[in-house]
Amino acid sequence: MSTTDSTVQTAPKPKSEPLFSKKNLRTLRDPLDDNNPITVQVLGICSALAVTVQVKPAIIMALGVTFVTAFSNLIVSMVRNSIPTRVRIIVQLIIVALLVTIVDQMLKAFMFDVSKKLSVFVGLIITNCIVMGRLEAFAMAQKPWRSFLDGIGNGLGYGIILVVVAVIRELFGAGKILGFQIIPQWFYDHGYVNNGLMVLPPAALFIIGLYIWWQRARNIKLINVS
Amino acid sequence: MSQKASIICVPRLNVLKLILRIHYAILQKFLASIKPPFAKGGKLEKFHPAFDAFETFLFVPGHTSDHGVHVRDAIDLKRTMMAVILSLFPPLLFGIWNVGYQHHHAFGMDASMMDNFMFGLWRVLPIIVVSYVAGLGVEFIFAIWKGHSVNEGYLVTGMLIPLIMPVTVPLWMVALGAIFCTLIGKEIFGGTGMNFMNPALLARVFLFFAFPAFMSGDIWTDLSPEAGRALVDGWSGATNLVTFDGNYTHLQSASDMFFGFEQGSIGETSVLACLMGALILIITGVGSWRIMVSVFVGGYLMGLLFNLVAPGSNPLHSMHTPAYYHLLMGGFAFGAVYMATDPVSGAHTSAGKYIYGFLIGAFTVVLRVFNPAYPEGMMLSILLMNVFAPLIDQLVLEQHIKTRLKRA
Repeated sequence: MSTTDSTVQTAPKPKSEPLFSKKNLRTLRDPLDDNNPITVQVLGICSALAVTVQVKPAIIMALGVTFVTAFSNLIVSMVRNSIPTRVRIIVQLIIVALLVTIVDQMLKAFMFDVSKKLSVFVGLIITNCIVMGRLEAFAMAQKPWRSFLDGIGNGLGYGIILVVVAVIRELFGAGKILGFQIIPQWFYDHGYVNNGLMVLPPAALFIIGLYIWWQRARNIKLINVS
Repeated sequence: MSQKASIICVPRLNVLKLILRIHYAILQKFLASIKPPFAKGGKLEKFHPAFDAFETFLFVPGHTSDHGVHVRDAIDLKRTMMAVILSLFPPLLFGIWNVGYQHHHAFGMDASMMDNFMFGLWRVLPIIVVSYVAGLGVEFIFAIWKGHSVNEGYLVTGMLIPLIMPVTVPLWMVALGAIFCTLIGKEIFGGTGMNFMNPALLARVFLFFAFPAFMSGDIWTDLSPEAGRALVDGWSGATNLVTFDGNYTHLQSASDMFFGFEQGSIGETSVLACLMGALILIITGVGSWRIMVSVFVGGYLMGLLFNLVAPGSNPLHSMHTPAYYHLLMGGFAFGAVYMATDPVSGAHTSAGKYIYGFLIGAFTVVLRVFNPAYPEGMMLSILLMNVFAPLIDQLVLEQHIKTRLKRA
C-alpha cells in the first residue's frame, strides 16, 4: 500500500469541532485529486480497466464503491476499538461483504441490465484494494464522521477516474456517450471508424497513464509521491 | 570494389563531389544567414531545436565536447539512421512495384514494369508522407516544448511504418498510428533511445487492435476499379499466412515467396529484398547479424519440431508445413532484418542476442501455427521479446559474472 496519510493521528480533539471543518473538508476533497485512490495511491486499477467500456456501468460502479467505502469506513471506525488487532482483517471483510451484498442485491432488483454488465465486478468490490486500503489506513485510526467523509471522498475520487476513462473509451470505441450518438453520421460516411482498441482493457491503462502524466505535469507536488 | 573499377569511377565521382560541394556551400551559407534568430538569446530561440534538426541533418554538427571522453567517431546517430534508410530501399522499391503488380494481377491485366511501379508509387507515397509528417510533427512539438534537439530516430521509424502497412490502409489511420507510437512508444519514455519497444511495430500493433477490419482480411491488394475490368475468376485476397492455416498445400511456390510475388504489407513480401537490406546493415555494422541469424534459426528449428510432432491423422494440418516455408512467408524476413535488430529495444549482450533472436523466431512459428486469429506472429513475438530483452541481458550478465568468479 502506497499511502502515507499525514493526517493519520489520534490526538484528542475538542468536542465542538464543526461537521464541515476545514480539516474534514480536506479529508473529503483530497482523494478527488491530490490523493486520488487510482492515480496517486494506485489502488483499484483492475476494476477501472474492466468496467469502463461504457459510461453508465462506470457511474453505477462508482456509486456502488462509494457506498461501500463510505459505510464500511463508518462502521469499522465505530467498532475500531473493540476489534482485536489479530483478526481485524476478517472483521473488516465481513462488514465489507455485507455492504457489497446489499449493493449487489439492489442492482439485481432495480437495474438488472446494468447488473449483468458489471457481472462479477460488483462482487469483486470486496477485493477492491481501495476499500481495504482505506479501512486499514484511515478508518482503524479515525473517528466515524471523518472516516465516513474519507470513504465518500475516496469513492468519488475513484468514480472521477472511472467516468473520465469511460467517457473517452465510449466516445472513441462506440461513438456514443451514455448511449447517445455523439460522433455524427457524417464522420462515418467519410471513412471514420470506431477504435476497436478502446473497447479492450489496455486502452483504459493507456488513458489512466495519460491522466497520471497530465496530473503530475500540472501538480509538481505529486512527482515521486508513490 | 576492384582496382580497375575504382580508377574509372574516380573522375566521375570527383565531378559529382564538386557539384555536391557547390550545392552544399550554397546551403551552408543560407543556413548560416538564417541562423542568428535561432541562436541562444535570439528572437526565435524557442524554435532552435527545429532549426538544429535541419542543420545537423545536412551537416556534421560542429559540437565539441568540453569535458570527459574525447573520442569521436565519423558515425553518429544521423549517419547510422541513414544507413538503415539506405538498407530499406530494396524492400521499399520492390514493395512499390509489387503493389502495382498485385493490383494489375487481380484484374488479369498485363502491365509493364514501369506501369506497376508508377501505380504503386501513387499509392505508397502518400502513406510515407503522412507517416513522416505525423510522427515528425509530434517529435518537433516535443523538442520545442522540452527544449531538447530533435532526434533522428523517427527517420527510420517513419519509413518502417509504411512498409509494414497494407496498401489499402486509410491515411488518417497511418497518422494516428504514427502519433501513437511516437507519443506513447517513445516520447513518454524520454525520446529516441529510451523506447523499450520497437516504435514502428507499436504503430502497427495499435492499428491492428484498433481497426482490425483494416489490418486483416482481404485488404492486401489495392482493388480500386479499373475501367471495363472485373476481378479475375478465383482471385483470392488471402495471404499465404491465412492460406496455410487451412491447407498448407495451397501455398504459393517457395520461389514466389522468396522473390516476393505475393500479397502482404507493402515492404514485407520479398525475402530477397530484405536480404539485400540485411547485407547493407551487416556491412555497415549497423544491424546485428547475430540477431538476424538466430531469428531464422529459431523459426526453422521450431518449424522442424512441428513437422516431427505433427498429427499423422491429419496430413493437411498446418504443423506439416515445411519448415523453410515459415522463413519465406509473411513478414518473417522483414521482421528479422529490420525490426528485431533495433539496437534500442533488442538485447545488447552477444549471448543475449542469440537467445533473443532465437525466441523471436520460435514464438513466431508457434503463433502462426496455433493462433489463426493473429496470422502474423512476427509482430507480436518481436514486441514480446522486446519486453523480455532487458531480462535476457540481465541473466546473461549474471551468468557471466558467475563463471568469471568461478575462474578467479
